[in-house]
Amino acid sequence: MKKKKSFLEFVSDNKFIHILLSIILGFLIGAIFLVIMRLSVGEAYGRLLKSITSVKGITYVIVYAVPYIVAGLSVAFSFKTGVFNIGAEGQFVVGSMAAAIVGIRLGTLPKPVLIILCFLAAMAVGALWGIIVAFLKTKWGINEVLSMIMFNWIAFYLSNFIAGLPGIKSDGSAEATQNISDNASMLFPKEFIKKMDFAPTANWGIFVAIVIMIVIYIIIDKTTLGYRLKAVGFNKNAAEYGGINVNGSIMTALAISGALAGLAGALQLMGMGGRISIFSSQEGFGFAGIVVALIGCSNPFGVFVAGLFYGWLMYGGSKLNLVGAPTQLINVIVGTVVFFIAISVIFSNLKYLFRKKG
Amino acid sequence: MNNFINSLGIILYATLVYATPLLYAGLGSCFSEVSGVVNIGIEGMMTAGAFTGTVVAYFTGNPWIGFICGGLAGAFFGMLHAVATVLLGADQTIAGTAINMLGPGIVIMIAKVLFDSTDTIPLTATQKIPQLFSGLFGTDTTFGRFMNNVFATYASTYLVFIAVIVVWFVFYKTRFGLRMRACGEHPMACETLGINVISMRFLCVCLSGFLAGLGGACVTMTVSTQFRPISIVGQGFIAIAAVIFGKFRPQGALVGCLLFGFCSGLKVVLGGSSGFNMHLISMIPYIVTVIVLILFVGKSHVPAANGKPYIKSR
Repeated sequence: MKKKKSFLEFVSDNKFIHILLSIILGFLIGAIFLVIMRLSVGEAYGRLLKSITSVKGITYVIVYAVPYIVAGLSVAFSFKTGVFNIGAEGQFVVGSMAAAIVGIRLGTLPKPVLIILCFLAAMAVGALWGIIVAFLKTKWGINEVLSMIMFNWIAFYLSNFIAGLPGIKSDGSAEATQNISDNASMLFPKEFIKKMDFAPTANWGIFVAIVIMIVIYIIIDKTTLGYRLKAVGFNKNAAEYGGINVNGSIMTALAISGALAGLAGALQLMGMGGRISIFSSQEGFGFAGIVVALIGCSNPFGVFVAGLFYGWLMYGGSKLNLVGAPTQLINVIVGTVVFFIAISVIFSNLKYLFRKKG
Repeated sequence: MNNFINSLGIILYATLVYATPLLYAGLGSCFSEVSGVVNIGIEGMMTAGAFTGTVVAYFTGNPWIGFICGGLAGAFFGMLHAVATVLLGADQTIAGTAINMLGPGIVIMIAKVLFDSTDTIPLTATQKIPQLFSGLFGTDTTFGRFMNNVFATYASTYLVFIAVIVVWFVFYKTRFGLRMRACGEHPMACETLGINVISMRFLCVCLSGFLAGLGGACVTMTVSTQFRPISIVGQGFIAIAAVIFGKFRPQGALVGCLLFGFCSGLKVVLGGSSGFNMHLISMIPYIVTVIVLILFVGKSHVPAANGKPYIKSR
């Protein structure tokens, strides 16, 4: 009896276990839906697992994961500083477009210079998108959630507009931009990909993601800047009383968060797409970033793992229709996971389960 | 001149048609936010309502049964949100995000099973929500055509204007409304006065889901007659924006929704005829909103306890 109790206590107090339980429950609910739909659970989940049994599959998952990781870090950073960056979507879109413009128009520059320029452009524009919202909030007190939703749509239509401009639009009939210059592409060399049997879009992005993860960890946990931002996030009035410039901190927080989301957009473009299409609806990378940040508990390392998890589900999910299961199953699974993370208080209360009876 | 009046009629019509779903969802958002629960899951609830409304109308042939069922589907997800946020004290943003994934995920999966496609089969004219006064004014005079254009809106539009008045009355003229608003400002004070904050909030969040579901059903049962995965995309968030714009008041939400509706209407008229760039025109509503906020609205008063879980024992 004593052993069981301590085990329950362990489960109740460990946040990591809560997330694990949420994930298991997510797959369980997904399985129930599959059964209701008279589809084979084994086949669908087998297909998901099979997608990571080969080198090719694993590299695909990593490639898929990179923009989610960085977008997740962007949102996680905003969570830590007390702002809810629902505007990551728009920052992602403008960042991606900025990188595309640089990658197309300055395509003749040498590779390392061009790649860094693309990154800088994306981060600058993403940061600008965040700063505008922060400015509206601090100067006129305009609700940031509202203006972020507005700026998501402005970014979306701006991107569509720019994609159709002469000099940017593809010469063919495609409703998209031209491909970015090979010098701006982050793909591994073709021979190397072939030799290692990697996914054809295997690229350097994951290393950028790792660097960003470490940088964000250091900023949040090891610098006075991070301390200041967290203090404002924790209690604005106390921070102000303590002599912290609250408005400046909100600006900085959203600028950094925006820069990260913009960078995520650039990584998606330079690692996978190579061009930006004229979309009919938002692509949702920023919203996915919110989910990834939540699953990763807003901890940089957690977000990294959560991003890989999400990338795996997205890649594996895209193969689900091969076995007749709808891709939307992934949304149900992830939605359930997030729902249980939200109510993880039920896991914390597990330890009282047996106490009541006794 | 005749042309202008004609266009004006079409713009007014489009304004009403586009504002209707936003307004239903916006009223829903008001209930939830004012009682102190952030409901970012409006989007998912609308999607659920849109799908359910269309499917029920398709199978029963009766648009009103479909419309109500759309609302009930929204209410179901509202209840999920309420269980998480009100009963279990969950983070309201996280729970809402989950609803936004679950709602579309579940209904699109059901669509796959029922129709072997992510789109539903388009509704016929009798399965749609009826247009009450279509063609009432005759088409021989300019004025008649103008009135016809304006009053060609669907029954759901007339209903929503009645709903705004009812909601306004409930909010500001009833004991229920006063208590509800108090729950959003200072739940602990309410509790000491014997108001059951938990059940009050629970009810409001469910109601907010119901209205959002009706809003979703309006989208797919009027102008567009079928549910597609992109039917709702973004409209739930626009409705939330309209509510913040309107300072969490039903009458303010009305103004916000009409503004968005008007800009969408403008888009329809300008986009068809002129050489303006569609993408730039589409941007107008969002830019206008920001400018209006800066110039006229300014700081909005968020209900003081909005977003904070209320836990009784504390």
